[in-house]
Amino acid sequence: MPILMTEPAAGRFGDFGGRFVPESLVPACDALAVAFRDAWADPAFRAELDDLLAVYAGRPTPLTPARNLSAALGVELLLKREDLAHTGSHKINNVLGQGLLARRTGKRRIIAETGAGQHGVAAATAAALLGLEATIFMGERDIERQQLNVLRMTTLGATVVPVTTGSRTLSDATNEAMRAWVADVDDAHFLLGSVGGPHPYPWMVRELQRVIGDEARRQAPYVPDVVVACVGGGSNAAGTFAGFEDTTARLVGVEAAGGAAMSCGRPGVVHGSRSMVLQDPDGQVAEATSIAAGLDYPGIGPEHAFLGSAGRAEYHSVKDDEVIAAVRRLARAEGIICALESAHAVAWVLREAGGPLLPTGSRVVLTLSGRGDKDMATLGETA
Amino acid sequence: MTLLVPYLTAGVTENWIDHLLALQEAGADAIEVGLPFSDPMLDGATIQQASGRALARGVTVASVLAEIKDAPVRVPLIAFTYANLVFRPGAATFCRRLAEAGFRGLIVPDLPLDEAAGVERAAADAGIELTLLVAPVTPDDRLAEIVARSRGYVYAVSRMGTTGERDSLASSAGALAARIKAVSTLPVLVGFGVSGPEQAVEAGRAGDGVVIGSALMRRVLDGATPADLGAEVAAVRAALDHADQEASADHASHAEVSGHRG
Repeated sequence: MPILMTEPAAGRFGDFGGRFVPESLVPACDALAVAFRDAWADPAFRAELDDLLAVYAGRPTPLTPARNLSAALGVELLLKREDLAHTGSHKINNVLGQGLLARRTGKRRIIAETGAGQHGVAAATAAALLGLEATIFMGERDIERQQLNVLRMTTLGATVVPVTTGSRTLSDATNEAMRAWVADVDDAHFLLGSVGGPHPYPWMVRELQRVIGDEARRQAPYVPDVVVACVGGGSNAAGTFAGFEDTTARLVGVEAAGGAAMSCGRPGVVHGSRSMVLQDPDGQVAEATSIAAGLDYPGIGPEHAFLGSAGRAEYHSVKDDEVIAAVRRLARAEGIICALESAHAVAWVLREAGGPLLPTGSRVVLTLSGRGDKDMATLGETA
Repeated sequence: MTLLVPYLTAGVTENWIDHLLALQEAGADAIEVGLPFSDPMLDGATIQQASGRALARGVTVASVLAEIKDAPVRVPLIAFTYANLVFRPGAATFCRRLAEAGFRGLIVPDLPLDEAAGVERAAADAGIELTLLVAPVTPDDRLAEIVARSRGYVYAVSRMGTTGERDSLASSAGALAARIKAVSTLPVLVGFGVSGPEQAVEAGRAGDGVVIGSALMRRVLDGATPADLGAEVAAVRAALDHADQEASADHASHAEVSGHRG
């Protein structure tokens, strides 16, 4: 059975994954793994989640042919439209699943971390819907960059806690959220937003996001040659890849050049699992930089590290200026303003179409992980 | 005698070795030396700030070990750091370097039992004792395995939460220390949130000794000189010794009474 279809034994994806957490969190991680395994096998839980995804989140999201870009680039481009999901990104898939799980396990409160704010907004949304209290940790710098999303979170009733340590971005918010979880592990569910962290998170979040790939597979009129998604921690990519892992499609993850854990990182342990990590020769975690707040993260989910090392997926990176150009080109060609994060995948297609990595005539499925409303100020600054 | 193990973040000040020596002179039985890490998951604000300050000063593992090697340290030193610093050069290399610098022990708080086997072997080969942690939520069977595999001492995490000063010792501390002592032949040291002489006496009574970190690091961050820090630790030492004497006298008087009865 392909690794993407199963729960990894002991949370391992080859040499990656595992559970590098304080002893205080081990029983909570164990309990969560058991709870998710039970829930995922429970038809009633799955039916409740499927119903919420359909009537609340707006699934299935369409697979939109990018006709104008396809004609211009010489490749057939299909866009999986997670930007059309409720709250504007794929993050809603994960938070509804984990929110239901939190309620099922009797937790009263969720703790979450957020970079661009998309996961924070989604988490606050799920908490509001399901009657849970929400505390969202967000780096001070990201709060400055993503005012709109901060306002959305507080409007939804969540408490946004500014994180002032380190680079004051996603990585620090993740540390702070994990600390808060250690202190309130009985009452709180840590609603991690990506496919990183200790087991069972990488497995659980991928399973909750595989709805993206499964839908796209059903919707596509053919098995594509290439499946592309942006990668920070990598949850939309993991969910997309899960639907195509057992096909002949090439799986391509696109990172920010300033946060390219796969090409510039080394194996390491950060935030609870072993994966590829940007770090210095001593093992100090390096600061990642990207114009997309959701991608300036120094690590990547362990499953991606495994897929990359096993040669099943390939990882490339694009620069900030390519990303900005991609947002504009997609907007003008197709009338879709995507998130800066998602535009990494678009930028790679724009750069490589007609070249050896993406030959003319290729059939491509690309996941647009979110919409770009939140990035208008950043985009305005670069005009 | 109740063991006193203070903690100091390596490199937090330029003269941190003087602080280290002051801890030794003040009666520390061993010293935990924090090797600063960029993402200290289990540390609260104080030690995180101390680590950040050390890293901003350009401190590296190599520079810390070099300074330690040249210092006149007599008490056992135990390195306290995170898994990525151990794995980056490889556990065998890391442990060998620790041993060469004179360290006796290692604590890696984000390396639970299930992930520890490789580092355990590397530490044993290098003559380094890898001390494992037990938390209030650790179930009995797992606690027994941690105790069996821990070396040097067993670290009882007194409370759920990160390191940091607290107003009172968590009620979970005594219960946890008792559970560990029931199955351990190693000393049980109680740490996390232990501040000041009174709490130290209480924690020391629960286990066999006490680890004090954040309360001392707060003083250092506020500008305490080595002498200031030494005075702080000497006060804790005196309180522990006094409590030991009282307990011993208490014990003796009981013995005498029972002797009369005999």
